[in-house]
Amino acid sequence: MGKILEYLVARHRILSRIMLVIMALLVVADFMREPAYIRFAWDGIGGFAALYGFVSCVLIIVISKALGYGLLYKPEDYYREDAGDQTGEAESDD
Amino acid sequence: MIEWIHPSLVLIAGALAIPLVRGRLRQIWMVALPALVLTLVLFMEPGHYGQISFLGLDLVTGRVDSLSLVFAYVFGIILVIGAIYALHVDDWIQHTAAFIYAASALGVVLAGDLVTLYVFWELMVVSSVWLIWRRRNPVSYNAGFRYLLVHALGGMLLLVGIIVYYLTTGSIGFDRIETGSAAFYLILVAFMINAAVPPLHAWLTDAYPEATVTGAIFLSALTTKTAVYTLIRGYPGTELLVWLGAIMALYGVVYAVLSNDIRRLLAYHIVSQVGYMVAGVGIGTTLALNGAASHAFTHILYKSLLFMGAGAVIHMTGRSKLTELGGLYRWMPWTFVLYMIGGFSISAFPLFSGFVSKTMVVEAAAADYRAWIFLMLMMASAGTFLHTGLKLPWFTFLGKDSGLRPREAPLNMLVAMGMAAFLCIFIGVFPGTLYALLPDPVDYNAYTAGHILKELQLLLFTGLGFVILLKHVGGEPKISLDTDWFYRRLGVDVARALTNGITDIDRAIRGRVNGLLGQAMASIRQKHGRDGRLARSWPTGSMALWTAVVLVVLLFAGIWRG
Repeated sequence: MGKILEYLVARHRILSRIMLVIMALLVVADFMREPAYIRFAWDGIGGFAALYGFVSCVLIIVISKALGYGLLYKPEDYYREDAGDQTGEAESDD
Repeated sequence: MIEWIHPSLVLIAGALAIPLVRGRLRQIWMVALPALVLTLVLFMEPGHYGQISFLGLDLVTGRVDSLSLVFAYVFGIILVIGAIYALHVDDWIQHTAAFIYAASALGVVLAGDLVTLYVFWELMVVSSVWLIWRRRNPVSYNAGFRYLLVHALGGMLLLVGIIVYYLTTGSIGFDRIETGSAAFYLILVAFMINAAVPPLHAWLTDAYPEATVTGAIFLSALTTKTAVYTLIRGYPGTELLVWLGAIMALYGVVYAVLSNDIRRLLAYHIVSQVGYMVAGVGIGTTLALNGAASHAFTHILYKSLLFMGAGAVIHMTGRSKLTELGGLYRWMPWTFVLYMIGGFSISAFPLFSGFVSKTMVVEAAAADYRAWIFLMLMMASAGTFLHTGLKLPWFTFLGKDSGLRPREAPLNMLVAMGMAAFLCIFIGVFPGTLYALLPDPVDYNAYTAGHILKELQLLLFTGLGFVILLKHVGGEPKISLDTDWFYRRLGVDVARALTNGITDIDRAIRGRVNGLLGQAMASIRQKHGRDGRLARSWPTGSMALWTAVVLVVLLFAGIWRG
């Protein structure tokens, strides 16, 4: 198994190109195909799922990281359990 | 011939025998017992069994129907897989706890009445907490206690809800909860706590990553999915759940971006995936409920596979953070490949199990013309692949070399993962076998050109986004605040502030009272003390003087009268 993986990793350049071609073909196929049904405004727009997937991915990363840096990220010892010291004074939050 | 043997009782009795045997014999028992229980479950026929009259209540300990069977089957399967994964662990407390925990989860899905359900519900909590505590470090110990406290609250709400339900309806039967009384919400909130619906979810993402490597498999499979079962049974078509489910699906995704601990990332994706099931319950159509049940089934298999893969990494390297891992594919290739099967399944790639169940819930949302829910669930799908299928494996198995040179995981772990991986692919390729088990007849085909095209575009272009933003998606050595902050930090701070406040006020009052007492004492001392005016001893000279004065007065008085 290890050898097969090594083989694939060594050829990651060509593999990623093949992947890009597949992705392009998927979008083209989506443009050619008649939608099975129209329920929402976006049904029938070729490549909508592709665009939505890409936009979702970017939005998720950007919004989550913004929340993280703005509000949620804290140092790893924030709850101070590893030190076993739970009675000390509260430390600065940033 | 005994007509009905409750599989939970068999499993509990068998689990209690674990401490009595050791070594190879215990290992044999640990595989034989789950296999026996799975066989019992597989041979169960629909019907009502184990009816007991207790304190005037009619208990049904075994309600076997198509809905309870779906969950019972998959619980039986995961029991076998989890036991094999844990074979190398020499800790009877953990094994016994895991089996009793699985037995109680089975007990919940077979319970035909709320009292039986409550008993198994609580047994689940007290047995499962040992799977966290047996990691045997202070962090796990504290996390276990928080887990226990949150579930104690949930259990209390459930009990009060059941009592109110009984008082208002006169029944303890567990079917669709239809009452205008407070019981509706009390029981719903108790179920939602176990289903890890935000903001009541933090017990899960707090405790599961601190559990033992093998215990986490049982944890990831059982508690939330029994809750999904109870929601399907009790609250189908509850509108609130549609939105909560969709929010859950995205909530888990956001926190998965921020997670650095691999099992915490996976735990947040339990929240996310259970969101699909909760939304399915809320939509409440036949397709949606089937989708929720089937997604629970496939979820247990792929999520346990993912947890087994992450657990194998932790077991072999002793590290659990993305920032400390990387490049392990050379050393743990089988673990990597098996993990990826779980990753493709949860991401709902065609030919993997998640595809045939998740798209069912999404399709149910679309068929119900719920545009926002549809978009939210689709976005969560992209997020799922982004983290579980790309980020975690990239930064653990590929990416930069961390310098770690672990050996491949032990054989029993690989066998357990292999079994789960086989089922993930089998269900993905032959969805009919799963659909045949579902509560209602299935009129749904996952493998239409439209579904495949849509799903592949969504996932592959998510992958494109990942590659472009690769620099920004890695783990960071930080933790992220979640709703457990309220009891881990705010609660502690408030308690500390209260303690300090009360101490200060107490001190002030004592000081004041002491001052007053001191003043009073000083004044008394001044008047009555040794040198006080009223206690002063008079010298004998002055006494003689005064006696002389008196005598003189008497003398003059006598002369005067005489």
